[in-house]
Amino acid sequence: MAELIASRPAAGLVPVRIADLSLTEESFGALTSLSPRRGAEGALGAALQQAHGLGWPAPNRSTQTDGARLIWFGHAHALLIGPEPAQGLREHAALTDQSDAWVALRLAGDGAEDVLARLVPVDTRASQFETGHTARSLLGHAHVSLTRTGDDAFLILGFRSMAKTLVHELELAMNSVAARKGG
Amino acid sequence: MRIAGRGPGVRPVSFSFDGRRYEGREGDTLASALLANDVALVGRSFKYHRPRGVMTAGPEEPNALVTIGRGAAATPNTRATVQEVFDGLEAFSQNRWPSLDWDLLALNDLAAPFLGAGFYYKTFMGPRGWWERVYEPLIRRAAGLGALSGRPAPERSEKAFAFCDLLVIGAGPAGLTAALVAGRSGADVILADEDFRMGGRLLAKGAEPGPEWAAGILAELESLPNVRLMPRTTVTGAYDQGTFGALERVSLHLADPNGLPRECFWRIVAKRAVLAAGALERPVAFRNNDRPGVMMASAVRAYLHRWGVVPGKRVAVFGNNDGAHVLASELVAAGVNVVGLIDSRHDVVPSGDFRVWTGTQVCNAHGRKRLEAITLRTPVGTERLAVDCLAVSGGWNPSLHLTCHLGGRPEWQRDIAAFVPTPGAVPGLRAAGACNGAFTLGACLSEGRAAAEEALGALGMTPKAVDLPEAPEAQYNITPLWSVPGKGRAWLDFQNDVTVKDVAQAAQENFRSVEHMKRYTTQGMAPDQGKNSNVNALAVLADATGQTIPGTGTTTFRPPYSPVSIAAMGAGAEGKGFAPERFTTSHRAAVGMGAPMIEAGLWYRPSYFPLRSETHWRQSCDREVQMVREAVGICDVSTLGKIDIQGPDAAALLDLVYANRFSTLKEGRVRYGLMLREDGFVMDDGTTARLGPEHFVMTTTTAAAGPVMRHLEFVHQVLRPELDVSMISVTEQWAQFAVAGPKSRELLNGLLDAPVDNDSFPFMACGDVSVMGVAARLFRISFSGEHAYEIAVPARFGEALFRELVARAEGLGGGAYGMEALNVLRIEKGHITHAEIHGRTTAGDIGMGRMIAAKDCIGRVAASRPGLTDPDREQMVGLRPVGDVKQLTAGAHLFDAGAAPLRENAQGYVTSACFSPTLGETRALAFLKRGRARHGEHIRMVDHLRGIDALCEVTDPVAFDPEGGRLRG
Repeated sequence: MAELIASRPAAGLVPVRIADLSLTEESFGALTSLSPRRGAEGALGAALQQAHGLGWPAPNRSTQTDGARLIWFGHAHALLIGPEPAQGLREHAALTDQSDAWVALRLAGDGAEDVLARLVPVDTRASQFETGHTARSLLGHAHVSLTRTGDDAFLILGFRSMAKTLVHELELAMNSVAARKGG
Repeated sequence: MRIAGRGPGVRPVSFSFDGRRYEGREGDTLASALLANDVALVGRSFKYHRPRGVMTAGPEEPNALVTIGRGAAATPNTRATVQEVFDGLEAFSQNRWPSLDWDLLALNDLAAPFLGAGFYYKTFMGPRGWWERVYEPLIRRAAGLGALSGRPAPERSEKAFAFCDLLVIGAGPAGLTAALVAGRSGADVILADEDFRMGGRLLAKGAEPGPEWAAGILAELESLPNVRLMPRTTVTGAYDQGTFGALERVSLHLADPNGLPRECFWRIVAKRAVLAAGALERPVAFRNNDRPGVMMASAVRAYLHRWGVVPGKRVAVFGNNDGAHVLASELVAAGVNVVGLIDSRHDVVPSGDFRVWTGTQVCNAHGRKRLEAITLRTPVGTERLAVDCLAVSGGWNPSLHLTCHLGGRPEWQRDIAAFVPTPGAVPGLRAAGACNGAFTLGACLSEGRAAAEEALGALGMTPKAVDLPEAPEAQYNITPLWSVPGKGRAWLDFQNDVTVKDVAQAAQENFRSVEHMKRYTTQGMAPDQGKNSNVNALAVLADATGQTIPGTGTTTFRPPYSPVSIAAMGAGAEGKGFAPERFTTSHRAAVGMGAPMIEAGLWYRPSYFPLRSETHWRQSCDREVQMVREAVGICDVSTLGKIDIQGPDAAALLDLVYANRFSTLKEGRVRYGLMLREDGFVMDDGTTARLGPEHFVMTTTTAAAGPVMRHLEFVHQVLRPELDVSMISVTEQWAQFAVAGPKSRELLNGLLDAPVDNDSFPFMACGDVSVMGVAARLFRISFSGEHAYEIAVPARFGEALFRELVARAEGLGGGAYGMEALNVLRIEKGHITHAEIHGRTTAGDIGMGRMIAAKDCIGRVAASRPGLTDPDREQMVGLRPVGDVKQLTAGAHLFDAGAAPLRENAQGYVTSACFSPTLGETRALAFLKRGRARHGEHIRMVDHLRGIDALCEVTDPVAFDPEGGRLRG
């Protein structure tokens, strides 16, 4: 029998490269949302540490190892990015597969903060929003999860269905920032 | 004219005004360039079409408003004192016809005795209806300023956010000092100034510390990485929690924007703020004080020092404070012919190389399109003086506008005869310098430093030392003079054509409160916001009402401080930027099949899938319906909300939010659920599947996906936080397709890795399956009333599965169906959508009253209120036409067959209607008073809007397969 062909959320939309800025699609293994059972936050943290080497993130923070990242994802939730979750975690948390729900965009380059400043109402100055810091916020009108992954790099997770709008808005802002630098 | 060797830059710039070419210099404003070219007449006034010239050198300009550019890009009401000249700039005067020089509507000026304050309230009283049809269009044509093109702006603007420790508003002496102290101390500083060159009044000074000192400070600030300079940026409003609105002119000064937006509307969040907005000089009202050539003394000084321009050959100065003497001396030093200084004060010791009249007032100005002479009223008589420029200083008003934006009321300070800000009026903001009433350079510098030090202290930072330059101690010594008494009209508000007489008349007609006077006379309205006229007008009002100025009070300054274009505020929201677009995974395939899209919330869904032979949507729709009833149809239903609910108390939460019970639902089964709002009305409906003992997936309608998620979170976090349950949206994770029709199982079994049958997968079963090697979920549910399934795969496989399903359906005599067919199918079955559960219907109204189980649930108690259980309520019924008219329409109203179709006789209304190809007639769903007891009755449907009047039979809502046999096949 024929095979079902998988398509990527931002297929045909990225990469976008404007001056020093780039917008690309990240390719992660799995995305899994974790929500601790009542009173099981500690046990979940220990299980995560053991299974994936990741601590449970504080609000607006993320934890990271090579190849795995756990980002705070709103009230009582964190998103495990990368590995398939260890089955033992189910004892302490509700696990939900979100691998296909989000478009994962990487915005990088000199001026990435200025691009976000045109769309996201969050203070992304490096002094306030350090590498590993994360926020659930708006990008234009769309809900996103925003994480700083490096000095000049951010991970933007948006609804898969809104990928086109997200890329379009980011592209406009990238053009604006590039025009200012050129001026 | 330009004084040789003075002024900005050297590079010549060519621009045009009203089609005539002029040359300016780089660094000129349009106003300075026009004055350098000896252009005195630049506009016509709002109401009387009086000739007007440049009056100021800054954003407070009331007269020199011009339109920049042509066509759709034309920007009206641009202040010539703010607009920078560039090569190819085209500027046009406004509010004149046929030309600026020869304006026919200047006839209004002759009619002035009839056009005073409130004239149209009195004049245009009747006949009834004439105001809107005749008077208002006439007045709007005759009065006004520039006009918008009415076409979409061709160039983009943008919006942005910024954050800082300290926002310094204004880059004059106080602002520069504050920014320097905070910048050296390591704070994140934003210094915003509305001018394109920073320095404020320092740039209008003839001696140091002046322009050079400012340039030195700016060079240091530019070198500091923690300081952000924002020139051309007007802070327009102060809002809650340290948020400020600011408008940046990004490319309005460039011949070629080269990708830059026109403007940027900033929202700046600052932990602390220093307001260093300076002060605005106020005029003195005297007869004909609006003649071109009568200018503010501060403007003459700025044009002299910053732009090397003197706006006349014979200049006189008129003032009531020591500043006027400084200007006169500087003009003389620059070689300008100063005819004299007229000082309204008596106790002045004349000094300087010019003639001084003390205790003297200017009581009239002569000339029409250009000042020719003035008349003085000296202590001994009158005197006429030939001048072509008169510099006027009535004192200074602190620019305290932003301190009023959160409700602060300014306080009167007697020694400077001006209002000053109330400390603490905007939390975290401190005023410093001239905007705080400090009118000497030394005081501005030290207040700027103190304000920064205070802010740094509040931020827990240690201020670094900054040495301030020596500033000569200047005196202000004002003796207030608001208006010169006498005949004729003396202007207070130049932009809105309000005179001293108008204010006096308002008081006489009992509009004595300052707020009433403002609205009756229009003083201080529109783009100007009373920057020049506010204090003078209320001083005149105080005089007319016999009150003090502080007793009279001021009107409230509201945001924005100066006009903000809607294009900047709404930047990014043009066209499709208004809302995000949501696309299903099958979007590309559906568009490829020629399906027109319909918006469902933010989603785009296919309306129908036309065949080449089909020319009308009904043909496609009828075929698709028939396809589902007779073979198999495929429909993307991924837009429905899907919520993953897990935990030991998941079932308890569902029992609480659904009217019916879910704790009894078996694993591997699906149940239809009805959700009530807290007020007892229906909120949403959908199916929920039990995937495991503690694991459910809830389906919501497309429209209510967000609200239901929010509702569940509210119920859990606020009402029942003790429940051990987690939930998260999985709407985006799964691509889900309805496979509906008698051949649905046959189709699926061709794809599933293990076939299903009626025993393993009966009606309302659900479970994990494998489709072409991909883990999927299968639900045997039906919105069409047919033997049907919904199959869900991870979204990455959505497009591929849709194409595969459609290809196989077509092989079985079926195919894809869209929203139109989906709607027909569900109307035939009497299934509800939000057309029926529109927020005013109860479970009883839709025939589901018995679904409210004997358990606690949200809305249960409220649903038992008498009004919601009234047997006379409108209940859902079906309708079929039985008269000559066969068309039924949603939105039509129902009346008894013999009753007149009037509101008083209304029996109900139609919510959904369609042509049912299955039944061969039109069918509708409607709400009818006591409807369930009236099946078989004839009722009249009247659509007053479309003019349709049809006789109908009331039926059961379920028109097709009422036993549901087809579902279970």
